[in-house]
Amino acid sequence: MQPFSTHTGKVIPLDRVNVDTDQMVPKQFLKALTREGFGRVLFYDWRYLPGEKPNPQFVLNFPRYKGASILLTRANFGCGSSREHAPWGVKDYGFRVILSPSYADIFYNNCFKNGILPAELSEEQIEELFRRAEKEQGYSLTVDLPDQTVSDNHGLKYKFEIAPSRKEVLLKGLDDIGTSLQHEPEITAYEKTHAASATMYDQVDIKNYSNGR
Amino acid sequence: MTTPKTLYQKIWDSHVVHEEPGQPALIYIDRHLIHEGTSPQAFSGLRAEGRKVRRPDLTFAVMDHSVPTTDRTLPIIDTDARLQFEALEKNCRESGVRLFDMHSKQQGIVHIIGPELGITQPGQTIVCGDSHTSTHGAFGTLAFGIGTSEVEHVLATQCLAQSYSKTLHIVVNGKRPAGVTAKDIILAIIGKIGISGGTGHVAEYGGEAIRGLSMDGRMTVCNMTIEGGARAGMVAPDETTFAYLEGRPFVPRGKAFQEAVERWKQLRSDDGAKFDMTVELNAKDIAPQVTWGTNPGMVAGVTARVPDPHSFSDLNDQKATERALIYMGLKAGTPIVDIPIDRVFIGSCTNSRIDDLRAAAQFVVGKHVARSIKQALVVPGSRGIKAQAEKEGLDKIFTAAGFEWRDAGCSMCIGMNADVLPPHERSASTSNRNFEGRQGKDSRTHLVSPLMAAAAAIAGHFVDVRDFDVTPVE
Repeated sequence: MQPFSTHTGKVIPLDRVNVDTDQMVPKQFLKALTREGFGRVLFYDWRYLPGEKPNPQFVLNFPRYKGASILLTRANFGCGSSREHAPWGVKDYGFRVILSPSYADIFYNNCFKNGILPAELSEEQIEELFRRAEKEQGYSLTVDLPDQTVSDNHGLKYKFEIAPSRKEVLLKGLDDIGTSLQHEPEITAYEKTHAASATMYDQVDIKNYSNGR
Repeated sequence: MTTPKTLYQKIWDSHVVHEEPGQPALIYIDRHLIHEGTSPQAFSGLRAEGRKVRRPDLTFAVMDHSVPTTDRTLPIIDTDARLQFEALEKNCRESGVRLFDMHSKQQGIVHIIGPELGITQPGQTIVCGDSHTSTHGAFGTLAFGIGTSEVEHVLATQCLAQSYSKTLHIVVNGKRPAGVTAKDIILAIIGKIGISGGTGHVAEYGGEAIRGLSMDGRMTVCNMTIEGGARAGMVAPDETTFAYLEGRPFVPRGKAFQEAVERWKQLRSDDGAKFDMTVELNAKDIAPQVTWGTNPGMVAGVTARVPDPHSFSDLNDQKATERALIYMGLKAGTPIVDIPIDRVFIGSCTNSRIDDLRAAAQFVVGKHVARSIKQALVVPGSRGIKAQAEKEGLDKIFTAAGFEWRDAGCSMCIGMNADVLPPHERSASTSNRNFEGRQGKDSRTHLVSPLMAAAAAIAGHFVDVRDFDVTPVE
């Protein structure tokens, strides 16, 4: 995974609460077999009119926010479905940072698997950033993960909280499967003592494939 | 004396494989359920790294999200869906994972068949790349939805790195009135705590009204826990749970079952166990619920009116409500019973179990769907439930009343197959999400119980089922 340290970029304000993952990547795009290409369909139903004509009313299509890489939004971002297609879309569109007062649990977790920093600021701080992003053309922020700060060119500087273990994952771009596999002996030991098994007592109509081991 | 523990803590403690200060713990996963929608990228990831599925014997796969609910002997015309099915089949074959394909007699929605076949058992940890995995918590399991990267992690390690959650105790006191179902209870809870009220928490449900629910009802409650923000919801197992499980295909038999029951009886929060947050409701205050907006927290009792955006104090809530009413094509102040319906959907992992179908059938028997209704679908959650319903003659009741009787799958809850709600049409749906576009682009969803959906189908608009003679079947 791509490590994250500091990032400077243009801010786009998405002024909605409770943005759910169905809005980020609607169901018709959940039949893909790969993780790529979801940036084009991010916020599909809001972003496009029939015939995939860009909807001029939607903030992602405002010329002034073109090239933005920091998504500023409202509370409970990413609620609903667990689909990782949502953060794949966020990342593929070009966002590296999300700023919101709060996130839904599964989405928040999924961000860290994809090198996206979902930073949490207070409602008041988010409100102030909305004011600035809407007022100033090309409003940019620098997000410093080691320092846990968000700052602009006018002296604004906000501190944000993040769990140290989460921070480490992003800073190092850790592959968490590899990290977990370092504990393979403990997993094996657990399996010996806890003997998890799924025995079938009645025949059910299931395809029993052999894994050839 | 030892410190009293919550049910969550007991299950957590018995599954810790590795822990160190300041890091998430590695917890063992007893059952991993996968489906065609969120697993292909996980298998590709494994392959790219040269990793193998660690415990194919603890992994179960099913086709549910994109399957047709019409004749499955016909070729699948949706190419993308067909490729997904083929990928799942190939991945299972290569890794030795057991698969319920769309032709299996036991095929169904992943969260329906786990419990139905006894794959789900008390005290387990269960994960699936689907947020409604919380359903399995009805058995006193720790069950929650994960993303595809975590699916890959579980395939490779049979473990998951997790941080200990906060706990939320939701107590529903007293007996629920006739016409008020498990769905109404959970919608009322979400209405009270809000759709992010449970964020960061694992919920445990208790109280007389929860104890009084059948397993089917408890699953409905736990299923929608995620709609209140909590990833997992649980009910401590009791005699109702044990009676449900006995004799199911994956549940131990005879002496082994009795021993299991003795173990399962320990799975309850100790007296005096501390929760981080507690919410209480009285069942007698709960009316049949109908959502009017674009998230499950935008809900009201059937006798209420569509709210005025200005009745909310928070500016963001006002804006969200205004937006929701425009999307839903509703005017503030409209009585909910005056909202006309175009289509009815009885199905989904929330409400497609046998109790749900019985409740709906009992209401529609001898009646007919209103002329104004364009389509009324009944989609059983599994082929096992479908067979049981047919044995009881419920299919005949539904078709005689003008409903379509379909094959099992996720269907119009998510509209990944051909069962889509057309633009600007309005549904009474027993599913779990009324998000914009959820059932189809520009479609308008009202979430209700199976009983309320059946009644709306007959009347052509919402009605208060308490005005009818409704005997609870759950």
